[in-house]
Amino acid sequence: MAGVLGTSIKRREDPALITGRGKYTDDLKVEGMAHAAIVRSPYAHARIRGIDASAAEALPGVLAVLTARDVAAAGIPGVVPVGWLLPDLKTPAHPMIAADTVRHVGDAVAVVVAEDRYLARDAADRVAVDYEPLDAVADVVAALEDGAPAVHEEAPGNVAFDWEIGERESVDAAFASAAHTVELDLRNNRLIPHAIEPRAVLASYDSSTGEMTIHMTSQNPHVHRLLMTLASLGMPEHKVRIVAPEVGGGFGSKIHHYADEAIVGLCSMKLDRPVKWTATRTETNLTDAHGRDHSTHCALALDADGRITGLRVDTAAAMGAYLSTFAPAVPTYLYGTLMSGQYDIPAIHCHVTGVFTHTTPVDAYRGAGRPEATYVVERLMHLAGDATGLGPVEVRRRNFVPPDAFPYQTQVALAYDSGNYGPAMDRALEMIGYDDLKSEQASRRDNGGKQIGIGFSSYIEACGLAPSAVVGSLGAQAGQWESADVRVHPTASVTVYTGSSSHGQGHETTFSQIVADRLGIDPEAVEVIHGDTDLVQFGMGTYGSRSAAVGGSAIARSVDKIIEKGKKIAAHLLEASAEDLEYEDGSFRVAGSPDRSLALGDVALQAYLAHNYPDDLEPGLSATSFYDPANFTYPFGTHVCVVEVDTETGSIELLRYAAVDDVGNVINPMIVDGQLHGGLAQGIGQALWENAVYDESGQLVSGSLMDYAVPKIHNLIPFELDRTTTPCPHNPLGVKGVGEAGAIASPAAVVNAVVDALAPFGISHIDMPLTPEKVWRAVNS
Amino acid sequence: MYPAQFDYRRAGSVDEALGLLQEHEDAKLMAGGHSLIPMMKLRLAQPPVVIDIGRLDELKGISEAGGSVRVGSLTTHADIAASDVLAAHCPVLAEAAGHIGDAQVRNRGTIGGNIAHADPGSDIPPVLVLLGASVHLQSPSGTRSVAAGDFFQDLLMTDVGEDEILTHVEAPALGAGTGAAYLKFEHPASGYAVVGAAASVTVQNGRCIAAGLVVGGVSATPTAVDVSSLVGSDLSDDAIAAAASGLDAEDPIGDIFASGDYRVHVGKVYGKRALAAARDRAS
Ligand SMILES: Cc1cc2nc3c(=O)[nH]c(=O)nc-3n(C[C@H](O)[C@H](O)[C@H](O)COP(=O)(O)OP(=O)(O)OC[C@H]3O[C@@H](n4cnc5c(N)ncnc54)[C@H](O)[C@@H]3O)c2cc1C
Repeated sequence: MAGVLGTSIKRREDPALITGRGKYTDDLKVEGMAHAAIVRSPYAHARIRGIDASAAEALPGVLAVLTARDVAAAGIPGVVPVGWLLPDLKTPAHPMIAADTVRHVGDAVAVVVAEDRYLARDAADRVAVDYEPLDAVADVVAALEDGAPAVHEEAPGNVAFDWEIGERESVDAAFASAAHTVELDLRNNRLIPHAIEPRAVLASYDSSTGEMTIHMTSQNPHVHRLLMTLASLGMPEHKVRIVAPEVGGGFGSKIHHYADEAIVGLCSMKLDRPVKWTATRTETNLTDAHGRDHSTHCALALDADGRITGLRVDTAAAMGAYLSTFAPAVPTYLYGTLMSGQYDIPAIHCHVTGVFTHTTPVDAYRGAGRPEATYVVERLMHLAGDATGLGPVEVRRRNFVPPDAFPYQTQVALAYDSGNYGPAMDRALEMIGYDDLKSEQASRRDNGGKQIGIGFSSYIEACGLAPSAVVGSLGAQAGQWESADVRVHPTASVTVYTGSSSHGQGHETTFSQIVADRLGIDPEAVEVIHGDTDLVQFGMGTYGSRSAAVGGSAIARSVDKIIEKGKKIAAHLLEASAEDLEYEDGSFRVAGSPDRSLALGDVALQAYLAHNYPDDLEPGLSATSFYDPANFTYPFGTHVCVVEVDTETGSIELLRYAAVDDVGNVINPMIVDGQLHGGLAQGIGQALWENAVYDESGQLVSGSLMDYAVPKIHNLIPFELDRTTTPCPHNPLGVKGVGEAGAIASPAAVVNAVVDALAPFGISHIDMPLTPEKVWRAVNS
Repeated sequence: MYPAQFDYRRAGSVDEALGLLQEHEDAKLMAGGHSLIPMMKLRLAQPPVVIDIGRLDELKGISEAGGSVRVGSLTTHADIAASDVLAAHCPVLAEAAGHIGDAQVRNRGTIGGNIAHADPGSDIPPVLVLLGASVHLQSPSGTRSVAAGDFFQDLLMTDVGEDEILTHVEAPALGAGTGAAYLKFEHPASGYAVVGAAASVTVQNGRCIAAGLVVGGVSATPTAVDVSSLVGSDLSDDAIAAAASGLDAEDPIGDIFASGDYRVHVGKVYGKRALAAARDRAS
């Protein structure tokens, strides 16, 4: 159906999901299945003196207890690798099971396999591990201090890497001659992803064939297969099949390859039985890669007209105890490169130190680097609005990259392909009624009581990392293309095999819209298959807001190839020349002779019959594409948040939240809005509530939902959303990506609003999360 | 989050439940299970036997007689929040119950379980202390009652004996001229009260003749504030603020979200606001 692109058809995934028929990994039961429970370190740092598993092994129904010794005895590589290398990156080994030293609370030291999961848990409690506790360091700044406990001998001073981008000298010069400067010390709080479905794996090894099928919670099954076979289990890649059934959210946490999944695979190989493990909520909080955790000093220089002349950023970014899959890329190529924001900044320098700490590893979490960068830039812009007297709107407007300057080369590697920042700001101001809010704010300031504040965030993001060659030159150990295999069946229905594996986004719906629109057929005639390495040839998966821009473009390319082939078949049948054929509304037509046409079905049938067929053409009607984009895509927008602050208690109430986003062409507006809602909830959560807190000994003290505040529906307000549309110029769909925009823009908008409300108290910054006590203390200090 | 092994017994009557308690050492009663089961899943509680009293209809229900209201221990928070009897005679209890958790929690959790568990962040305890309610207990040797103010002994500790079942609570109905209010400062993660302030004020001829304020969340047990300075006053905002500022906690509880000092401060602010709301409702 032409025209189905851009309409809010309902998500075809939902009937099963909302009636409880979705099959998640933990729902799967297979014959002979045993259950694993993992014994984890209660210490942040300790030496393992010995492990006595006899009491566990003695329980009837316990099948095995494995430790690092069994990993060694299995003769497998047995490690969890890092998939992104930086120059001089320290890459200490991350063993699947800790052998002699544990480095964070939750580090795996043994695994118990038993006939049921309760028994496995009981037995795990009986594994006696003799620990010699050692000093630990959990804080990213403390870890850099002289004499801090070392996480790895291979990384002196706990430094994993030292990275910079931009030109220090030109920035120094800009500051030396600046009319205004603003600076800030800030923390970007550590977050726990909290996908509603915990990580789970069901590994089924069959010694008779040497094959293993692994069902698991994965955002990228092929990448997991590669890392699992190559680095952990040492199995031939073609003997392993990874299937991601329904996956209940990930936010990045299910991109990464973890020790636990590999451990369960090893258990299955050892026992020659299917073995399942599902993380408890406590385990997900201790082992899912965390997000953010930066300590940053940053400063902005401006001239007398309020034009930015220089930006300086120095960040210590926690890596946690080991380097997770993409960890080194997140605070570097996904952070430093975003520092130009929406602004024309002539000089930028960003220096980042990657720091090992005795904590859960940190890796990509919704936004991955870009929320942190946006927070730096947009907090500074707020301060610049005050320092220059221009206010938050004018200082931004004055510095926007002008619409005629695209493509725009930033000072930090990225080249923005397109953009038009003013209209999004205009629309946001109109929606929020800025002038009225300002006068309301003024009268509240006069009268005392609860204060209101208005905060802005004009963000840029870079989605769909690309092209592969460039990403590879920056250290990625993976390509960044996507594959699509589109097959038109003899009856003209279609199956799409995409490497872009969904974990809740609605790929099946939106990808069917792409095919339906291009082929002029009903979306119901399109099936979308993903998440299975045996069905899909190869794929890079879903993260970094890449699925529509990269995966969707691959599908569009394949459809175009099918139309080209169909034209040749139709030309043969219609006795016309293929060049004279057009494809429209599901039919091949001879240009200028509307009565000479064939429906897609006629052509598809003949493609498979091949009875009356061009000599030089192979039968069949399917096409494969591996789409490697020319560049990132660059969504942008302006968000405005309005808050009310109860200065007596420090409580913050959200009053309004308006977001104008430009994500390029929109495939399904409802799904785009849904992505924004989710991202906003998480970004607002970071600003106001969420915080992974470690105590000095390295215990995660906000490890349960009793202490870690994930936003709930009654904490939020209806979001006011609108869009401008600047299509991506370099992909066939003109789409950009929306999965992370909400989480990227919102923390700065919320904090700027609160700081704006508290301006009469001389407050210019409070670190996230803005808990009532912190706000109250700031007001009273 | 899997509990340790335990046996499950369902009691068909209060007497049977009492018998089972005698029979099984360290057994735990289970009402709605909404505090007990989370503790068991975290393995903080590992009772060998769980005695389910959740279906004992004799312990459910709300009634009013002779100037006092009676609430069975197995009455759910949802039923309390929606009760017409309480709306007419003791609306502050219904107000507090309506603040508990979410709809699922209110549908399962019971008033008996709530006060027997005695979490310092619970919404019900300060209200019962404010009202001067009595808690009624039954054991094989008979029944007894204890004043709510004495019932809560320490963090997660109450006056319920090992062989006892809490059967109901009784509270005096609020008379004419009395207004009461419960105000909650909610923890963003747990939803429990960081601070919960329960206040009542009785007015006669424009003058205050009685006032009370009890604050939960600042100490292990509900903290009563001496607001007698309000008696005889015109309940001006200033008088109320001064009275509420008398909140004192020797050893305030604190956590990563809210320190002890801060809880005391918020207790004063919420105490003031609760008193003002009670005043506005007293007529
Ligand atoms: C997600 C969540 C959010 C919550 N939020 C709040 C909140 O905001 N405010 C709040 O106040 N509470 C809150 N609660 C607690 C809730 O109110 C519980 O229901 C209540 O604390 C316990 O009641 P229950 O009937 O479930 O008791 P159970 O869990 O069954 O029992 C709790 C304890 O009381 C004992 N017990 C129960 N009944 C009796 C009896 N009749 N006699 C003697 N002993 C008995 C049990 O042995 C056990 O030790 C929340 C709970 C959850 C799970």
